[in-house]
Amino acid sequence: MSDETVNIEINGEPLKARKGQMVIEVADDAGIRIPRFCYHKKLSVAANCRMCLVELEKAPKPMPACATPVGEGMKVYTQSPKALSAQKNTMEFLLINHPLDCPICDQGGECELQDLALGFGRGVSRYTEGKRVVSDPDLGPLISTDMTRCIHCTRCVRFTEEVAGYKELGATGRGEQMRIGTYIEQTVDHELSGNVIDLCPVGALNNKPFRFRGRAWEMTQHAQVSPHDPVGSNLWAHVLRGEFLRAVPRDNESINETWIADRDRYSNEGIYSEERVTTPLLRGKDGLQPVSWSEALEVAAKTLSDVIREHGADQLGALAAPGASVEEHFLFQALVRGLGSNNLDHRLGQVDFRSDGAEGHYPWFGITLEEIESLDGAMVIGSSLRKEAPMLAHRVRKAALNGTRVGLVNPAHYSYQFPTSGHLVRHGAELVTAAAEVVVALSEQLKASVPEEVQGLVKNVEPGAEARAIAEGLAAGESRWVMLGQLARSHPNWSELRALGLAAAGMANARFGVLSDGGNSAGAALAGVLPHRGPGAQAVKDAGLNAHEMFVSPRQAYLLLDCEPARDAWDSAAARDAMAGADKVIALASFMNEDLRQQADIVLPVGVYAESFGTRVNGEGRWQSSQGTVQPPGEARPAWKILRALGNVLELDGFEQMDPEEVLRDARAAIGEPGPGEENLDGVELAQPARPKGLWRLGEMPIYAVDALVRRSEPLQQTRDGRAAEARLAPADAEQLNVNDGDAVRVSLGNRGCRLLARIDTALPKGSVAVPVGLAETEGLGPRHGGVTVERI
Amino acid sequence: MKFHATKEFLPEDMREMINERVSRYPEGWQRSAVIDALREAQHRNGGYLDERWMDAIADQLDLPPIDVYEVATFYSMFETRPVGRNSVSICTNISCMLRGSDEIVEHAEKKLGIKVGQTTSDGRVYLKCEEECLAACKGAPMMMVNHKYHENLTPEKVDEILDGLE
Ligand code: SF4
Ligand code: FES
Ligand code: FES
Repeated sequence: MSDETVNIEINGEPLKARKGQMVIEVADDAGIRIPRFCYHKKLSVAANCRMCLVELEKAPKPMPACATPVGEGMKVYTQSPKALSAQKNTMEFLLINHPLDCPICDQGGECELQDLALGFGRGVSRYTEGKRVVSDPDLGPLISTDMTRCIHCTRCVRFTEEVAGYKELGATGRGEQMRIGTYIEQTVDHELSGNVIDLCPVGALNNKPFRFRGRAWEMTQHAQVSPHDPVGSNLWAHVLRGEFLRAVPRDNESINETWIADRDRYSNEGIYSEERVTTPLLRGKDGLQPVSWSEALEVAAKTLSDVIREHGADQLGALAAPGASVEEHFLFQALVRGLGSNNLDHRLGQVDFRSDGAEGHYPWFGITLEEIESLDGAMVIGSSLRKEAPMLAHRVRKAALNGTRVGLVNPAHYSYQFPTSGHLVRHGAELVTAAAEVVVALSEQLKASVPEEVQGLVKNVEPGAEARAIAEGLAAGESRWVMLGQLARSHPNWSELRALGLAAAGMANARFGVLSDGGNSAGAALAGVLPHRGPGAQAVKDAGLNAHEMFVSPRQAYLLLDCEPARDAWDSAAARDAMAGADKVIALASFMNEDLRQQADIVLPVGVYAESFGTRVNGEGRWQSSQGTVQPPGEARPAWKILRALGNVLELDGFEQMDPEEVLRDARAAIGEPGPGEENLDGVELAQPARPKGLWRLGEMPIYAVDALVRRSEPLQQTRDGRAAEARLAPADAEQLNVNDGDAVRVSLGNRGCRLLARIDTALPKGSVAVPVGLAETEGLGPRHGGVTVERI
Repeated sequence: MKFHATKEFLPEDMREMINERVSRYPEGWQRSAVIDALREAQHRNGGYLDERWMDAIADQLDLPPIDVYEVATFYSMFETRPVGRNSVSICTNISCMLRGSDEIVEHAEKKLGIKVGQTTSDGRVYLKCEEECLAACKGAPMMMVNHKYHENLTPEKVDEILDGLE
């Protein structure tokens, strides 16, 4: 027996335990249930509820199982008269102030207090004194509060401090006066905040939009996968009478553990938005008019063939949302390629495509989420992490707290809530130089020579202290990782940033990865929704136009798969103009928007992620399928069905599938097993970045503006992150422009522009203005990154 | 989260005092200085704390404000709303209660025309709600007035003490 193992006995059953484990963990592993409220396997031990009291041989008093470490030969009794009486007495105390309002409580039926009261409570209360009354703080649009129900387990407090990383909730007052809340009325703003709902063992914190809409036992639960970012968090969709009422985490240790981000939890609220398209629409003389499916499909097919006959297949541009499923992506590309066009892309947010030929087969993290936790050193270039992929940020944070040295190179000072080896913040136009600094520092550190290809970028670059610290962190230990985020991918110098990232990874012998947009950009790339590659990353003969080219060299006709070009595109203004100028726009869309209303000729209503079988490939390269959980509303149909029908009307090959599983089989067969492929720099022309005139527009994608569904989720839009339409300026620039916090400003580029309120933000480097993309307020401005002028109005 | 005030709100000498306190504790335990900082802030702010002072202290100590609120609301010696100039705490814990503190409270309330927890309208006297034993049971009933103990109280003695307050 090793020193690390101890033998204990629980209820007479001999068990082996690791040294340092708490009795409750050993019991849980052995399937012996000890009642508890405050203990949670992912949080620190508070031992404040006393529900887990058990009897220990030789101990004079019952001991809390959650805070009692195992010892050799320990004998534990969880059900002895002494243990049971302690548990029952605790329960009686817990209930004295509890309102016992289960009939009107949303937690009823899934409440730990209710369940345990059934097992350990008395039938009748002996408590006759008055109960305390607690007023309910307003924690914002996502979490409802009924604080009289709180039993002060502090799980929610420990969550905000330990997992979210910033303590927003606390226990103020003491004794009878103790309250859980924020003390001063304010909303809880963290992007993982909704998890306190699942953690709260009682009905004190609940899902606010879901309030009073369904009972736990009436609903059915269905496995789903979130489509909003490349993590692919696992969810349970809870459904009542055909309606997707709420989402909760589905435990998956290797992906989302027991959490989900608020974006995954509340995006379902968008499904029932009034902007849902519920019938096929065709443009008549009074605008879009409802028509039958057969008519819509006929006209769509005819329109497509007419355009191609008159203008050539090259005049068709096709764009797909990166969150659509593999099945949809596969049929979409088959349709467009069947029509003879390679103008096909899902990378609407990108502008620099010079590296296309040298990139791997699909964008991936280069590592699994679990492996992140055991890294020694890491560097992230161009990512706000928390807002781009909250659960990925959570893993990185865990790693950093555990000793991984994480360095960051960014165009603004983002808050990470973890210790970093360095945070190098530079003006957007100098991001390449910043990355070059790290590369130089790394080569000095490791006595390795800078790879040939990037020599030109590191010439005369002198690393500063921050770059050295990042290099030192990255060089630490054995296992290392370099990742480029969405701000790097959307940068006009993506190729240079990528090349430097690759050079750093090469020198440090680190894995290399990319954080891309949407929930299935890996699947989109594999399925062939790319101008230069077909399914399975097979190069195509005549590469078509990429997303950006399709907008700046407008096409006669566009086919859209659930994307909103004016919101999604790198140059929103160019995208909108291209749509407006096109002869025909055919949109497979789940939601209506102003642009479609003006520009679309045919709108074919499609289902969103939970409304049809769909497979998504996450950033680890993991394929995850989920069934359709609810029906698309009205006449809307799963997009794969519509694409197949279109293919059939157009008499194209490869559209014979009877069900989505068959589409997936076909897609898999066409894709084969290409693997992630190699990332290299072959044939990539690198250039020195130019510094444009004026301020540098930093186009961040707000966390709640990433796709059509999230944009329709009212509760998410009401959060602080959802109200992101502001122009954020560095204090020095604001002073120079004579702009005060809250002033109206106009941000413009040539004759394009937008009007916003200014916010002064010390997180921004001088010379930058952060103007978010993906919002109606800013789509008139255009390019996501680059020079703009700002003036007070 | 938005701070109501940043550390610059604190007077320079107070920031120095806080830093000096921080230096007494091991690194990373700067939160140990919260109580000292709050006490100082309360004295400087006319006997109570508000969000500006608490947030500024949080900023100075690099803590989330809620950590400071927790401490400020936990200890009954800290006030988080405006109170009168003179703080009067009549002990009502067990020994004092047995020795007639209820009558003392009643007397004081009547005399001042306020209830426990309230301040006289002229802002002169704050009758604090004292929950804990003040550890002077041998002289019960007792009360504390502005940090000073008065024992073996009688209504007459209370009158005298209260009349003597500015
Ligand atoms: S609100 Fe819920 S999770 Fe938070 S302390 Fe109260 S019972 Fe525990
Ligand atoms: S679970 Fe052990 S004390 Fe709460
Ligand atoms: S009970 Fe009043 S001082 Fe102890």
